[in-house]
Amino acid sequence: MSLDFTEVAVSNVARHYGRRKALSQVSFACSAGEVVGLLGPNGAGKSTLLSILATLVEPSAGEVTYGGYRAAAAGAAVRARVGLLGHDLYLYPELSARENLAFFARLYGLPDVDARVQRGLEYANLVDRADDQVLGFSRGMRQRLALERALVHGPRLLLLDEPFTGLDQSSAAALVGRLRGLQDDGCLIIAATHDLDVAEGLLTRVLFLRQGRIVSAEEGGLGLRTRYQLAMRAS
Amino acid sequence: MRKYTHILLGAALLVFALAPVLIHRAPYESTMGLVQKIFYFHLPGALMMLFIALFAGVMSGIFLFTKKPWADHYALAAAEQVVLFGAMTLVTGPLWARKAWGVWWEWDARLTSSLLLWMIFIAYLLLRRFGGPGSDKLGAGMALFALANVPFIYVSVNYWRTLHPKTTVVPNLVPPMAGPMWWAFAGFVLMSLVLFALRVQQEEQRARVEALYLAANEG
Amino acid sequence: MTAFFRVAWLIFRKDLAVEARSWELVSTTVFFSVACLLVFSFALINEGQAVGDVAAGILWVAIAFSGTLALGRTFERERQTDTLRALMLAPADRPALYVGKLLGILFLMLLTEVILVPLVALFFQAPIVDWPLHLAALLLAGTLGYAAVGTLFAAMLVRARSRDVMLPILLYPITVPVIIAGVRGTAALFQETPDAALAQFWLALLVFFDVVFVTLALWTFEPVMTE
Repeated sequence: MSLDFTEVAVSNVARHYGRRKALSQVSFACSAGEVVGLLGPNGAGKSTLLSILATLVEPSAGEVTYGGYRAAAAGAAVRARVGLLGHDLYLYPELSARENLAFFARLYGLPDVDARVQRGLEYANLVDRADDQVLGFSRGMRQRLALERALVHGPRLLLLDEPFTGLDQSSAAALVGRLRGLQDDGCLIIAATHDLDVAEGLLTRVLFLRQGRIVSAEEGGLGLRTRYQLAMRAS
Repeated sequence: MRKYTHILLGAALLVFALAPVLIHRAPYESTMGLVQKIFYFHLPGALMMLFIALFAGVMSGIFLFTKKPWADHYALAAAEQVVLFGAMTLVTGPLWARKAWGVWWEWDARLTSSLLLWMIFIAYLLLRRFGGPGSDKLGAGMALFALANVPFIYVSVNYWRTLHPKTTVVPNLVPPMAGPMWWAFAGFVLMSLVLFALRVQQEEQRARVEALYLAANEG
Repeated sequence: MTAFFRVAWLIFRKDLAVEARSWELVSTTVFFSVACLLVFSFALINEGQAVGDVAAGILWVAIAFSGTLALGRTFERERQTDTLRALMLAPADRPALYVGKLLGILFLMLLTEVILVPLVALFFQAPIVDWPLHLAALLLAGTLGYAAVGTLFAAMLVRARSRDVMLPILLYPITVPVIIAGVRGTAALFQETPDAALAQFWLALLVFFDVVFVTLALWTFEPVMTE
């Protein structure tokens, strides 16, 4: 079960649903310590790419390797090292914050469940609401809890789909701080986001996606917003 | 249309053209009268339905575990033929029942089993039609369950019926009747092969159009 | 192997915990099954007298219909915040997820039957206490067979379009043997001189069905669930 990797390589990955093409010929590689941003308009294929990286969706062509292992071959062992914060938050609204975290910690077969859950609640700043149903939480609180849910097993690869949605400025700043900490711990983070201003300082690298392709991946010195506009116009 | 499809089609037409002659020459069955001739249509149709249903189940299994597109094309084509031959069986069955038992529908074990199998494959086609993306895989799961279900349907319906026994008129198959029956069966097999060839070809072409469409979008 | 059952048990416990907060599934399923019972009673009871051995039939129709409702709702819950994907993402054996969901459905359906069966006894003077073990075994085996097929179909339909319509369309034709065996077996126990041997025959068929379809579902769950 124990498998680890420090880099993820995507080569020539394509995915289509019938005639609708979600991704085509996407290739890139990244390694631990990087925070890669996936930027692009709605329908650019960001979520599909994250689902493929999370091994939830199989690519129609091409492959993803996790430090040399293919998801199809390594299966559960790769899944044990991946955390995904999806667009839907993957939380049971009827359960409390604590129960949600504890359920997933146990599902992953982790030791010291209580300690982990407590730590997660502290990071999410939800200790005093820990035993309330998620049903009553605001979007921001859910978002913070969902992030800790995705991190409960200490994944190597963290995939984030619009992590800043519904966060106010201080929560967003806290999230940036949390992600920086993970980055320093050797986590490989790939985040799809619209929030250019917040992402600006955090991302070490940016991939611009448009209509399922990577249109630009250079690391120019210009500001993120300018580069985004250039990339979208160029294609 | 490929060459062998023409040959198959020609053979099928020849067999069908000769079938009425053979059926006409077969002995006249006294209790059932002319209606007995339905038998040359009914039994081969039912046999075809069963065999093709088994084939659809096997192809679906292959598709589910190997993801080979051709297996799905065969499974889909087979499911459509199950519905086709099932319709033949279920139209001719009641005609037989009317004469043999005096009612249009009799909960006869085999006829009821055929009806259920037919329903399962209609459900399969509905799923393929309305299930949206990914319904090929779901359909394959469904067809595999249908395959495993055939013996259960037969046993349960059979025992459900025989608890209230009823005399049935089953014609004993004298050799002069068996000949035309198998002749008609051969005709159905040929027709089925023609339909398979055409339908699978059509599915392959559809897949190619999809691929070309995707490739054209590439530029 | 222990990990397999640990995961299945964990999911079952989670479903119970969720249900204990809202009681939505239990209350709606029980109410619906009783409503079914009444509707069919009005259709099939003439001048206060039930037609033939109709009690067993009504019981199983109510079980099947309310079971469909429960299946649909259970997976709608996993779809709402896409938690089914989170389950699929866990490094657990995927068939264990199936077993966990199956246990939840089975529990819910059996709970409904605990209320439904006495009501059938009350309405139709059905002798449910004469052969209690036979009856319980028939109900358990039949429900397991129905739920085994239903759980797989409901799970795989989570991503499909028009899933609410598709579930009964796919489920009913496939589970006809369960219904026939359940109804005939129960009817054999309900008739004036109960026929335990006949009930045992149908029970054997149900057990055989359960073995085949649970195995098949475990075997196909992973391939039908991967996108």
